[in-house]
Amino acid sequence: MKVIEGYFYSKDHEWVKVEGNLARIGITDYAQDTLGDVVYVELPEPNSDYQAGEAFGVVESVKAASDLYTPVSGKVADVNGELTDSPEKINEDPYGSWMIAVEMSNSSELNELLSAAEYQKWCAEEG
Amino acid sequence: MREYDKLIFECSVEGRKGYSLPQSDVPSYQPPKNLVRSSAAELPEVSEPDVIRHYTNLSQKNYAIDLGIYPLGSCTMKYNPKINEEAAKLPGFAEIHPLQPAETVQGALQLMFELDRMLCEITGMSAFSMQPSAGAQGEVLGLMIIKAYHQNRGDYKRKKIIVPDSAHGTNPATASMIGMNVVEVKSNAEGGVDLDALKAALDDEVAGLMLTNPSTLGLFEKNIKEISDMVHDAGGLLYYDGANANAIMGITRPGDMGFDVLHLNLHKTFSTPHGGGGPGAGPVGVAAHLKDFLPIPVIVKNHDLYDLDYERPLSIGKVKGFYGNFGVLVRAYTYIKTMGAEGLKRVSELAVLNANYMKEQLAEYFELPFKQACMHEFVLSRLKNNPSGITTKQIAKRLLDFGVHPPTTYFPLIVPEAMMIEPTETESLESMEEYISALVHIAREAVENPEIIKTAPHTTPVRLLDEVGAARNPVVTWQKEDTNKKQAIVRKGV
Repeated sequence: MKVIEGYFYSKDHEWVKVEGNLARIGITDYAQDTLGDVVYVELPEPNSDYQAGEAFGVVESVKAASDLYTPVSGKVADVNGELTDSPEKINEDPYGSWMIAVEMSNSSELNELLSAAEYQKWCAEEG
Repeated sequence: MREYDKLIFECSVEGRKGYSLPQSDVPSYQPPKNLVRSSAAELPEVSEPDVIRHYTNLSQKNYAIDLGIYPLGSCTMKYNPKINEEAAKLPGFAEIHPLQPAETVQGALQLMFELDRMLCEITGMSAFSMQPSAGAQGEVLGLMIIKAYHQNRGDYKRKKIIVPDSAHGTNPATASMIGMNVVEVKSNAEGGVDLDALKAALDDEVAGLMLTNPSTLGLFEKNIKEISDMVHDAGGLLYYDGANANAIMGITRPGDMGFDVLHLNLHKTFSTPHGGGGPGAGPVGVAAHLKDFLPIPVIVKNHDLYDLDYERPLSIGKVKGFYGNFGVLVRAYTYIKTMGAEGLKRVSELAVLNANYMKEQLAEYFELPFKQACMHEFVLSRLKNNPSGITTKQIAKRLLDFGVHPPTTYFPLIVPEAMMIEPTETESLESMEEYISALVHIAREAVENPEIIKTAPHTTPVRLLDEVGAARNPVVTWQKEDTNKKQAIVRKGV
């Protein structure tokens, strides 16, 4: 299972890459592996507002449909529309396949998230 | 013809017809332009024998309980006695109209009234509604009654429904449907409800607990009395998902375990036809303190006459037109009357015996996550000896080559690579042996020739499908271009 040092992780298996006040959000390698082949992804409109923990979209694999939760609050600044046409990219490159970029309204929420090492430990306990 | 895989559109030949209409003897009428198609509808042009052969060929690809064993766990695919069909076809049942006055359909009302009494005796409940047209709708009705009960007491804060992590997916779905919040509790090492986790989830916002007993792991919840007391002490009610009732008839009753509301899937335990888009029935039974909330109308008996009572001020209303899917009720009634009290008890005993027999035979080859005696079904996990990583999905596909239906797979979710097998009481020792030997054969192949499993099925009209490709790039309608291309290739070849 791959994790990237320096990213933040949620217990719901989303990763967050921080670029200034912008948080790019995707799902982890563990998540894509557990889901299996992703066949569909539903992402929000830009400018939508979300609170941390709220569902912002849906990812569907051959096995299951799961809600996507944003680990941080804020306004959606950008959406990776490419994934809607090529959902397989989420399996091929989970950390390259960011789903939304959120303009954070409260960056202290990042403190609640896990580090790469902590996340790895969390997955080991879950699996 | 086993290989037949055409679409009706592919049978089309230009100008061919399956009808002939007489010369019109009324003046023709030109409808307004905006209602007329600009081009002809692209319907298949076929003769009557083309149509009959096409659909008969397709119908012969069906697998059904009338063809062989169908041990789909949690579905209770038992044989449906044909006497049920005979009873349902009686003109007095089949040809009546739902709007007929009560005095002209006394027999039908009597049947529903008596079915209510019989289901009450079997389950230990106080009254039933026959209205829900399926188990899932029964669940919705059941939770609506729980909600109505709390609200009638002026208690509006109860929004939590507790569901174990082994529950049928319909349970949390139902709770969400009626606006409740789902709280999941973990199972303990024996596959039962973890009492500490339950305790932690209980408070004055709990509306109820939904439970299947035996559970989806095929295990009897031994702590049921304790669970029921805990939930009741917290002010909640208990909902019994009757999906697994085939294991307990004449042995124990949900009413005696402390359940307040339940549904029964007549197509499972009471041998009415399964699914296929046809009508179903999921009657809901309640304990005495919930009777007033049942849907209207309720069938009542005044002296010797049956009638429909609509005067129920606390009723939650109606959940389906008229009185439910009556034809299904006739079949279930016939089944209960045919079996009798002793017969139904024997059904459950044999269903449990059969499941335990298969479990013991297969435990040598497959991981058995819960070792104790099972009820009417059991759950296996991975192959014990599995050097090339054969998955449950691959085993299920390979089973098709043996001409049998695979078990339920990947459910319950808490067992990895789950295979859930429910033979039911109507399978003979020989048919179970045949199924066991197919699975043992596959277990050996997993070591000696895993490729044959990975590329299965090999004998079905359609082979291993590209599920991922179909889901990513679905083609959901017939594509005319493709057919033309196909025909062009054929012509060229000729």
